Amino acid sequence: MTMIEQRPTTVIGKALLRKEDPALLTGEAKYTNDLKIPGALHLAVLRSPHAHARIGRIDVAAASRLPGVVAVYTGADLQPLWAAPMPCAWPVTKDMKNPAHYPIAVGKVCYVGDGVAAVLATSDAAARDALDAIVVDYEPLRAVVDLEDALKDTTVIHDALGTNVSYTWPLVIEEQPGQVDEAMRTAKYVVKQRYVQQRLIPMAMEPRAVAAVPQPFGGDITLYSATQVPHILKVMTAITVGIPEHQVRVVAPAVGGGFGSKLNVYAEELLCTALARKHGCPVRWVEERTENAQATIHGRGQIQDVELAADERGKFVAMRVRLIGDMGAYLQLVTPGVPLLGAFLYAGVYDFPKAFDFSCTSVFTTMTPTDAYRGAGRPEATYAIERTVDVMAAKMGIDPAELRRRNYIRKEQFPYTAYTGLTYDSGDHEAAAAKALSLVDYDGVRARQKRQNVAGATKLLGVGMTSYFEMCGLAPSRVLASLNYGAGGWESATVRILPTNKVQVVTGTAPHGQGHETAWSQIAAEKLGVAVEDVDVLHSDTAIAPLGLDTYGSRSLPVGGVAIAGACDKVIDKARRIAAHQLECDAADLDFAGGTFSVKGSPDKQMPLAAIAFAAFTAHNLPDGLEPNLEAQYTYDPPNFSWPFGTHACVVEVDVETGKVDVLTYVAVDDCGVQINPLIVEGQVHGGVVQGLAQALYEEAVYDEDGNLRTSNLAEYLVPAACDVPPITTGHTVTPSPTNQLGVKGVGEAGTIGAAPTVINAIVDALSGYGIVDVPMPASPQTIWNAIRRAQGGAR
Amino acid sequence: MASTTVKVSITVNGATTSGEVEARTLLVHYIREHLGLTGTNVGCDTSSCGACTVHLDGEAVKSCTILAAQADGGSVTTIEGLAKGGEMHPMQKAFMENHGLQCGYCTPGMVMAAIGLLQENPRPTEEEVRVGLEGNLCRCTGYHNIVKSVLAAAGTK
Repeated sequence: MTMIEQRPTTVIGKALLRKEDPALLTGEAKYTNDLKIPGALHLAVLRSPHAHARIGRIDVAAASRLPGVVAVYTGADLQPLWAAPMPCAWPVTKDMKNPAHYPIAVGKVCYVGDGVAAVLATSDAAARDALDAIVVDYEPLRAVVDLEDALKDTTVIHDALGTNVSYTWPLVIEEQPGQVDEAMRTAKYVVKQRYVQQRLIPMAMEPRAVAAVPQPFGGDITLYSATQVPHILKVMTAITVGIPEHQVRVVAPAVGGGFGSKLNVYAEELLCTALARKHGCPVRWVEERTENAQATIHGRGQIQDVELAADERGKFVAMRVRLIGDMGAYLQLVTPGVPLLGAFLYAGVYDFPKAFDFSCTSVFTTMTPTDAYRGAGRPEATYAIERTVDVMAAKMGIDPAELRRRNYIRKEQFPYTAYTGLTYDSGDHEAAAAKALSLVDYDGVRARQKRQNVAGATKLLGVGMTSYFEMCGLAPSRVLASLNYGAGGWESATVRILPTNKVQVVTGTAPHGQGHETAWSQIAAEKLGVAVEDVDVLHSDTAIAPLGLDTYGSRSLPVGGVAIAGACDKVIDKARRIAAHQLECDAADLDFAGGTFSVKGSPDKQMPLAAIAFAAFTAHNLPDGLEPNLEAQYTYDPPNFSWPFGTHACVVEVDVETGKVDVLTYVAVDDCGVQINPLIVEGQVHGGVVQGLAQALYEEAVYDEDGNLRTSNLAEYLVPAACDVPPITTGHTVTPSPTNQLGVKGVGEAGTIGAAPTVINAIVDALSGYGIVDVPMPASPQTIWNAIRRAQGGAR
Repeated sequence: MASTTVKVSITVNGATTSGEVEARTLLVHYIREHLGLTGTNVGCDTSSCGACTVHLDGEAVKSCTILAAQADGGSVTTIEGLAKGGEMHPMQKAFMENHGLQCGYCTPGMVMAAIGLLQENPRPTEEEVRVGLEGNLCRCTGYHNIVKSVLAAAGTK
């Protein structure tokens, strides 16, 4: 483990305004669909109106004759263009079932939105008009939209597999065999609860867009895409379309949000690439919002059966989790791995014995494929434990904050090796909780509650909290290997000092709203002692930043940012050798601070980085054997995940006559280790909290029994507006990570992980007088109203 | 499919523009595709998200709900028309200073809507800002800093 540097920082930790903003605020920034691409043909995809059907005859004759239409392709027509099926990079078990599927379906459609035919035309409007003229004979089959129904295999979706079960992944950790069973039989307190993680639609504000620009004679192709994974996309495009990888360049221009939904390899990216090569001209596509809801991945989609046992003091002694995961129709890039990312977090922030029995069975359904959505497995796990702690507290008749205190891993226990074998780097849960409870005025709310929640009251006050760990900084490559993930978890950076002492930082991360250009500039400026304005961050173009593993899993800072610091160290080492040579001293006798090398004990003998940069460029007087130029590439493979943590708390008022929930106060205390830019940290927390709160109160991808998505646009799917959400009070504790030189942990998913259970805990707290111990998400007015009615009925 | 074309003449960011467009052309497509002003974004197909908000004759409107033909003879301001003499509009500055944007996709529409909001209500309360921006969705910021930006631009914070 590296000790973090203790010297005072000058740039790291400053709430600098973002470099990205002027371009984004003035319309200067170019998203993929803003690119002007002369001569491009437009792709449109005909989508299945059936959840499950055999495809019969497809008549494209009329569509082909329409003005502007250049070609119409069925799935069968396109088969020769694919070198491999759509990729899944995470075969979680050796016997995992993964049905081959292609950018346009062949033989069968398995969800509403599955591609059935592709049209190329001279305009987007002409291409979309032609979709209406394609006639497809479907033989509809029974839809499978219920996970327990899928498990029964009454209707098997992928015939060749013979079952809807993709895999079962167990994780049983016991000191003694049968320990969990024993605890569930004999422990003083045992609670059992089922939670449904409803399907969510990520709904990044920028729909996906793609443009593939070929060089018909040279053979190279440039793929522009609204993606958060240009590097992964490059490899996968090469493999699936069968192009030598060095001839593929992927560029992610400005990207308008992702939240995991752009962490994938999509049919349209492969279609544009393959068809651009076939036709020898650019092909582009832009997604409509309805297509986005149907054909871009969904998130969550789990049923969790959770049992928790505690001793007479409430100390947790065992846990059992049975999970059913909804894969949707096919496996996308990391679909099967999402529940596994949560598997290690079911004991949350608590000191837990080796008495854990987890099993996940994942099934195919006739719905849009699921995949990583902000938090990916970790919000689900955190929700399960944090709701269950409240259920346990209610059963024991003690305050949930007190039950948490009795079980927290204590500050002095860090680094803490958990029952899973994972080591939590650092933390102080009691401090974060104390701060959150103080900010939310927990004791005051409890007192108000006593006065307000009396018989006959129509507005009930509730307070809820969540303490969480966010396993992030994905990921140590060796751990990924043990989980059968198909790639490593490192990140690359190159730092280059130009002859005029301006700095280029080349990163393998791929920002889409996170402000990497600003934050990475701060890291380089701090390390090199140059002005933030003198640093340019280059990213998201595989020709400029060829090495990288992109942005997801709150990894960009704790992996990519640390890689930049490491590359800076290499540059400084090289500069030190040049300075020593020119100052005629030993390299070890040089101090480096504020961008200048000075000789220890003779501070007047010094050489600024600017002079060294120019000397390295001219190469007139370098030490023997040293290469000219000041540039270094560094690849960082994290030794551990990073473990940001925190406590969220909120106060709600529930109107028992209408079921409406008002969130009166929301407090988020996050500890993401050292903050590079507090402004950006706070923004990430705000946005994350609202996405989690939206799961708790508003959002759900609703399917009817025939597999039709009833919430396929922004009029039906309730992404909250400003008036639907509260202001957010943020607070922070800072517990540096000891595993990297910056002491950073990452923050992208924290808000989402904490928010949903916090809100639901508060609602259940408000309704506890009715004997209600749980409410489903989203806790819409109707849901709450029904829950109250049922509870009252039961009481009579 | 037979398509009828219409001639339109629209002043955009102070400059006269004209063109012959398909009758079904939405104002947003005229702005983006015919004029190449791509700062105005499209985020939905139900007039729900507000990413395409521009000003038409001084009023904030969703340019996906209006045909180019309906704007004929009108005057449109897009996000590209806000900065003057190399200086961003005070609302743009307020968004920058208060971290009122992350991915930036909703931002042009949000800024145009916010300017429209302050034209109608120059000193709004926080609640009035939240309700006033109801027609514009953001997925990144949780709105906290957007509200703060608008209040800052109004001088009420």
